[in-house]
Amino acid sequence: MASVVDQAPPRTSLIYDPKVRGFFFQGVLVLVIGWLAYEAVTNAIENLRAARIASGFGFFGEAAGFDINQAFIPYSSASSTYFDAFMVGLLNTLVVAAIGIVLATIIGFAAGIARLSKNFILAKVAATYVELIRNLPLLLQLLFWYNAVLATLPAARDAIPLGPGIYLSVRGLSMPAPIYHWDAFVIPLAFAIGLVASIVIRRWAKARQAATGEQFPVGWTTFGLLVGLPALVWGVLALFGANPISFDVPEQGRFNLTGGMQLYPEFVALVLGLSVYTGAFIAEVVRAGILAVSRGQTEAASSLGLKPGQTMRFVVIPQAMRVIVPPLTSQYLNLTKNSSLAVAIAYPDLVQVFMGTVLNQTGQAVEVVTITMLVYLTISLVTSFFMNMYNQRIALVER
Amino acid sequence: MNVVAPQRSFVRAEQVDALPPPRTASGPVLWMRENLFSGPINTVVTLVMAWVLFWTIPPIIDYLIGSAVWTGSDGSACREDTTGREVGACWAFVIDRINYFVYGSYPMELRWRPNIFFLVLAVGIVWMLWLDAPKRGIGAIYFFIVVPLLSYWLLAGFPMIGLEEVPTGLWGGILVTIVVSAVGIVVSLPFGVLLALGRRSHLPIVRLVCVIVIEFTRGVPLITVLFMANTMLPLFLAEGVTVDRLVRPLIGVAFFASAYMAEVIRGGLQAIPKGQYEGAMSLGLSYPKMMYFIILPQALRIVIPGIVNTFIGLFKDTTLVSIVGIFDLIRTVESARVDPVWSAPSVNYSGYAFAAIFYFLCCWGMSWYSQSVERRLAASEKR
Repeated sequence: MASVVDQAPPRTSLIYDPKVRGFFFQGVLVLVIGWLAYEAVTNAIENLRAARIASGFGFFGEAAGFDINQAFIPYSSASSTYFDAFMVGLLNTLVVAAIGIVLATIIGFAAGIARLSKNFILAKVAATYVELIRNLPLLLQLLFWYNAVLATLPAARDAIPLGPGIYLSVRGLSMPAPIYHWDAFVIPLAFAIGLVASIVIRRWAKARQAATGEQFPVGWTTFGLLVGLPALVWGVLALFGANPISFDVPEQGRFNLTGGMQLYPEFVALVLGLSVYTGAFIAEVVRAGILAVSRGQTEAASSLGLKPGQTMRFVVIPQAMRVIVPPLTSQYLNLTKNSSLAVAIAYPDLVQVFMGTVLNQTGQAVEVVTITMLVYLTISLVTSFFMNMYNQRIALVER
Repeated sequence: MNVVAPQRSFVRAEQVDALPPPRTASGPVLWMRENLFSGPINTVVTLVMAWVLFWTIPPIIDYLIGSAVWTGSDGSACREDTTGREVGACWAFVIDRINYFVYGSYPMELRWRPNIFFLVLAVGIVWMLWLDAPKRGIGAIYFFIVVPLLSYWLLAGFPMIGLEEVPTGLWGGILVTIVVSAVGIVVSLPFGVLLALGRRSHLPIVRLVCVIVIEFTRGVPLITVLFMANTMLPLFLAEGVTVDRLVRPLIGVAFFASAYMAEVIRGGLQAIPKGQYEGAMSLGLSYPKMMYFIILPQALRIVIPGIVNTFIGLFKDTTLVSIVGIFDLIRTVESARVDPVWSAPSVNYSGYAFAAIFYFLCCWGMSWYSQSVERRLAASEKR
């Protein structure tokens, strides 16, 4: 065999040598891309000079001079810079995405499991929801929520009470605003102690179950420690007249709601639209994941004497999660990217504030567009990094 | 001793019909017991759902059909104060504006041209989607070359043969929605194939370029791509060269769709067994021939459902061009519903309901098609 390898390769024309061809084609590609980039850059420089538009990132320090109605950090049109406006937009995007992801997950899991329910009516209702929502454009749904539903709510003076201190009106959602006093730190402290204690108990219970087989209600203990302990501390403090956190409850006046915390209708419409839309997609992901667990697994679990709830918790869900997590990640990313549709209903997210107002005021299209795209790209990459880590943890361990 | 014993026993001569099973063991009662009332929780769920449906469905149907207004020429026909009754959906508004919703401001006397465009496109789509259609090769040429040229001449105008020019600013409504989606699919398929092949290429620079293009585009929202096409594209072109207002978002949409299409097609390429590649190579086929005759026909066939699903997404995403100022269906509905002539509370709902019905029927039809192809592919694999 060695002699075959040692033989000189047959003499062929260089044109037919795959290596030479590879180099040639890649060279052509590099030249074409380089030429396009060169043309674009020179033209852009020329055009920007002709239009007298500054370049560079100096505009970040300039005064913005426009108002943003919803800001989670201090912002005023008089004193804030474009960088502040950028941060406000970015935070608004992240807040909407975070709340939307939580709500969409809840809606999606509920609807996905409901669609597999044995209850005929429940399954059909869930199926109708999924099919209807998935086949309508998100923009249409957002416009519907914003212009057709929220805009027709009653005025603030006859706001609909949804719960204690929560009112829904055409001005948005009014909620009690927490006011933190000097001793408010004890609540998170109690929570942290509860967290540590529940981790310790969880370890101990696991070790005991492995050794003796006795089970311990870990879930309830954790719940009690995480929620009950802070509540208990609060209650004890309140008994002694010290109130670490009080609430500014909105009051229904003659014409308006005063006090409390207000969520603007744009925010409510966006969160509602995004979570209902993405929830329908997550429902399909969840349904596919549960169906992917073979029937034998459920039957084996029942034959071992597990109850239906236990079968679901210990056998079906852990295996379904392996199928669910990758598409679920891409749904979360879709939701984050879709939050940019806020611009259509004037919610001040990153695109509306930065790519809309800031771009119009400064005219620095290249910088603004590049930064906005990089932000979304970073969010996408970071999210998929963490979800990949989680996915690796729960992935099937193969020998 | 022939004593005839009295006939004590009775022998039945004919077969008796079987008794019906107990009413609780079959039929609708059993079905209801098993599916609606199988346990206390299930019963509660059923009752609650039935109650909710009872309070929501009849009012919705009454709103959409029962108390809807079908005729009228302005908003007063749909207002409670003028009609003196509870008013449901205002379909009169949709009927009055249907031409605007379909053609936008396309000149009235030239609207036969969009009609022919719809027909030409429909023929192409049917030819491409009907898997047993005759001469599908010619169909592909028709769809990817003849249809775009013909549509361009029909819609934009071709003065040499007497079709006067119509500026794109006048196009609107469903016409624009369909133009944007059609451009998206016609461009994204070939570019998607190229990007997918490039991503699986052995040449490192080609692969790198394709990976960057695909991952970058898929990592950002479409709206930023549209803004980029709108604001940055004119900057990159030499002075004096302008891009039409409609063409800019078209480029953005096509670019975006290509990246998504590339990933779908890459899935198909990866699903083709290695033996197919090796077999083609051992026959001495060059790379283009191998791809064209052996790999792509198989790969594209198995990803037809994925392609259709991408297209459904693209079709829904075309609504975003309305944000950058193009008069697609959503934008025409938005501008028609704030028209003071038709000022009535139910006009909002009616406009959105019309758009919703249009999008739902299109998307639902496409997903029905993709499911039927999936079933067909699964059946052909079973054998």
